[in-house]
Amino acid sequence: MSDLTFTLIEFGIKAAIIINIVLVMASVEVYLERKISAWIQNRVGPNRVGPMGLLQPIADVVKLFMKEDLVPKAAFQGFHRLAPLLTLAVAIGVYAVIPYAHYVNIGERTVYWGIAPNINIGVLFILAMTSIGVYGITLAGWASNSKYSLLGGLRSAAQMISYELSMGLSLLGVILIAGTLSLNEIILFQRDGWYGLRWMVFLQPVGFLIFLVSSFAETNRTPFDLPEAEPELVGGYNTEYSGMKFGMFFLAEYANMATASAFLSLLYFGGWSLPFPEFWDSIGLIEGTWSRALLQFGSFFVKLMIFIVFFIWVRWTVPRFRYDQLMNLGWKVLLPLSIINLFVTASVIIFFGL
Amino acid sequence: MALTTIFFLILSVVAIGTAIGTVASRHPVVSAMNLVLHFLMLAGLYLTLNAEFIAVLQILVYAGAIMVLVVFVILLLNLGKEDSLETGFTARKGVAMTFGAAFVIQILILFTSAGSFTHEITDKSVNVGQVKNLGYILFTKYLFPFEYIALLLLVAVVGALLLGKKKLFLERDLPEKSLK
Repeated sequence: MSDLTFTLIEFGIKAAIIINIVLVMASVEVYLERKISAWIQNRVGPNRVGPMGLLQPIADVVKLFMKEDLVPKAAFQGFHRLAPLLTLAVAIGVYAVIPYAHYVNIGERTVYWGIAPNINIGVLFILAMTSIGVYGITLAGWASNSKYSLLGGLRSAAQMISYELSMGLSLLGVILIAGTLSLNEIILFQRDGWYGLRWMVFLQPVGFLIFLVSSFAETNRTPFDLPEAEPELVGGYNTEYSGMKFGMFFLAEYANMATASAFLSLLYFGGWSLPFPEFWDSIGLIEGTWSRALLQFGSFFVKLMIFIVFFIWVRWTVPRFRYDQLMNLGWKVLLPLSIINLFVTASVIIFFGL
Repeated sequence: MALTTIFFLILSVVAIGTAIGTVASRHPVVSAMNLVLHFLMLAGLYLTLNAEFIAVLQILVYAGAIMVLVVFVILLLNLGKEDSLETGFTARKGVAMTFGAAFVIQILILFTSAGSFTHEITDKSVNVGQVKNLGYILFTKYLFPFEYIALLLLVAVVGALLLGKKKLFLERDLPEKSLK
């Protein structure tokens, strides 16, 4: 087999698997959200479809597909159709650079887990993709030709622009310490020291908190879900959408939540790296074997799920911010804090070394 | 045909098409979205030149930040019928056309003198787009222009603040009873 055919087949399989993982993860998140919210509010939650209501997400998707697709007469047709596609495409596109585990050896070839985990601009790629994601929501709000949608879209755009700044600046601390923009190399830095526990969260606690808060705002989740604040805006930017178009926004929201969780675990909690790497080597699970890679994937997955549950937990615990409070927090607290954090990190690196 | 040539052809055709779409379309939002697509295609072209960092900055800065603000403003302004903006030939348009024509001729001369569109990828050209090299050059050889641009941006920020705060200054200067 030539290298080109092998590469094409390899990436085709990887892309198919990853897209399926993202979609399945979204439905798992929906189920978790319903169950956890029920648990927090002392209810039972979905328990009719399948054992413990496990098939509820499938029933939801079938319902969305069967619904009539209504498009408002005054809507700008092309963009109205494009907006949900754009939002979902961007949300899934981010997964191209996320590393799921290190690598496995197949024959003499090395296959990395992830489509392009070693690309040397991985961190920036994710930021660029989330910044493109603003268009989907803004266009959805504008093309619907409804005042609620427009207000929701504008709020969302303003919010995402504001929080992208502090998000990017808090990330710079991690990049400065690791000295690279490649996601895999950032993980390798966290693995190679302190018995595999040189996690960035210990080196960059302030940066981690800023990033955590900003990612809540970036994914439009409570306490920052102003774009879809029900009491004021009906449904926000997706008010005029129905059927699977609404479903796509829904999917994108949950895919973004998974992205944010993945990003948090990659940058601050070691991603796929296993603690005590020497121990795993000593019992025969060396780097490049399938069992080691599966263990690494498990390590990544556990961290991912913990963050997803945390996202859901916060949504059903904390009330929504007011809009001016949101902007104050973004511009007057998080932005200066992230600049100070960057300044201190850079000074420490210059004067004390790593 | 090499893969990069195929990508180059697709990307450049779409880039030219969206550039024309940007200028030709009457609707401001269609125009803006065409420009966004154009920036994405440009980023793809940078990728074929192995300049990943510049490609992703192109998306992050132009498509992700500047154009988002432009779209934001377009949506807020509630523009009226674009047909009413149509005007006849003015001196300003004549000057713009002259300069535009001169620019097109310059580009044509450049293209014809270049001879061939193919380029050699050497080790040196591969490394130019890397973050480390870019940073090194910015902070050594081009330090003065870099700092100068930073100063320019600061002036722009102060100017924007001054324009935005104008109303507040006026209110403060008013006698107290008129505020109530």
